[in-house]
Amino acid sequence: MAEASKAPATCGPDTHDIYLRAKGLKIGYRNEVVVQDISFDLIKGEAIALIGTNGSGKSTLLKTIVGLLAPIGGDLSVFGTPPGNNHRRMAYLGQFHNSGFVLPIRAVDVVRMGRYPLHGLWQPMGRGDEEIVVRAMRTMGIEGLADASLRSLSGGQQQRVYLAQVLAHQADLLILDEPTTGLDAGGRELYLNAINDELCRGASVIMATHDIQEEAAICHQVMLLAHRVVAIGEPDKVLTPEALLETFGVVIAGENRIHVLECKHGHDDHERKELNRKNNP
Amino acid sequence: MDIFITPFAANGFMMQALIAGILVSIACAIAGTFVILRGLAFIGDAMAHGVLPGIALAVLFGFSGIIGAAIGAVFMIGGITLITERSRLSSDTAIGLLFIGMLSLGVVIVSRSTSFSGDLTRILFGEILGISRSAIWLQLGATIIVAATAFMCARPFLLLSFDPEQAEVAGFSVRLFHNIMLFMIAAVVIVSFQTVGTLLVFGLLIAPAGAGALLARRIQAMMAWAALFGILSMYIGLLISYHFNLAAGASIILVAVSIFFIVFVIQNLRKNNLSENIGGRHGRGI
Repeated sequence: MAEASKAPATCGPDTHDIYLRAKGLKIGYRNEVVVQDISFDLIKGEAIALIGTNGSGKSTLLKTIVGLLAPIGGDLSVFGTPPGNNHRRMAYLGQFHNSGFVLPIRAVDVVRMGRYPLHGLWQPMGRGDEEIVVRAMRTMGIEGLADASLRSLSGGQQQRVYLAQVLAHQADLLILDEPTTGLDAGGRELYLNAINDELCRGASVIMATHDIQEEAAICHQVMLLAHRVVAIGEPDKVLTPEALLETFGVVIAGENRIHVLECKHGHDDHERKELNRKNNP
Repeated sequence: MDIFITPFAANGFMMQALIAGILVSIACAIAGTFVILRGLAFIGDAMAHGVLPGIALAVLFGFSGIIGAAIGAVFMIGGITLITERSRLSSDTAIGLLFIGMLSLGVVIVSRSTSFSGDLTRILFGEILGISRSAIWLQLGATIIVAATAFMCARPFLLLSFDPEQAEVAGFSVRLFHNIMLFMIAAVVIVSFQTVGTLLVFGLLIAPAGAGALLARRIQAMMAWAALFGILSMYIGLLISYHFNLAAGASIILVAVSIFFIVFVIQNLRKNNLSENIGGRHGRGI
């Protein structure tokens, strides 16, 4: 399983089934345009990573896809329909900002919420649902925490619970905003394996991430965002020093590696990113 | 034992007060739980005070206070919704001013009445000891409706409390279910004001559910704790007011708030002990 996480999913995407199609899409809040002219297709079984600094438009794009924000211009279709019409087929993980108060709720209840879109208001949940919930928790290595209250868990454990909730949905399209925030090495490996399994199941994934080395590497496509689409395509072709420089600011090319120094807007702190370069030293 | 039971067994008005109090406590426990989980304490407060002009009109023109409160509540929900949707920065300022404005308007209207201070006191602090049988039936109906609403909307209410965006993406309209929640809170305020008054109903909405939030690991448990603390407050408050000849409504709320702070302090002491133990285990003493 650990090996599988290093390479793209072995089960190939299905080019006949387009889950997500953007053409000249313009996104933003009300009248403030964040990114314009976004065009891409995401087909069944395919994963795409959005890479860019904070505020580059990753979250805005994801929120537009799930229907929380209306597109400002251009075309966007999700499963062939306008966004916001496919609750049963989409699972969304936003960026949580638990400020102080955390619900009195057990981990397992949070994961169960992942089944709500499939059952609506009243349709009861069955044994099949419970099995899926248990399996999702096992996938994220938190089956032992089912009865623990959410607020007794660490940030990383909570993130695992939220990821298990997304997995429990068994959606056709997973929309993940910085899904590995707070995860330790073990959690990240479980996450990468889980995404691989989801892709093999035929689901598609679109994720915003800062991790070029591992998370972007399992994706079929990478989109570099810096208030505009800097580049989009296969990871090996897109993740060039030039494109990364344009996206992040500073890049230091070493012998087999590229170090990216990420400049956050308005801050001096630099976040170091590394990238394995096998083909192009 | 006599001092605990006789006041209720021997006095019809005390028994009716207790029954009304129990019903109100249950309704407040359910609505209050969501008020706390959704962080609507301020809106709940505004709602409780905003119904005053409606009740004042009812007093002045001699129609049912419940209908007056309902009119006030509809106006408040409309105002709050408008403010929340239109103003992005300072909705708390606008809502605060709205409720103070409504409160003042209520007092101004009541001041036209001949028995000004008596009416005002009754509206603000309730008259639990003079509760009528028909009011109890109404409270029973309202409590059942509130419980049924919470039961039927359990999933969207839970998702809303967890993360409104998650609720929207899951296919539950945030706007619709938020409004249903506001109407549920309004219903509780409307039928509770006779018992503890518009000034104190907020305490009954928040204090027991707040104490429940500190103790519970599940939302159902939080509601159960809230109902238990609410009923306990009613019983103890009525008993104290009976034996020491104190204002009933305020005594009840005082007990409810005291219970909250007792639970709060105990929880904090336990937490401190816990972190000291953990610190000790890792060799990080003082």
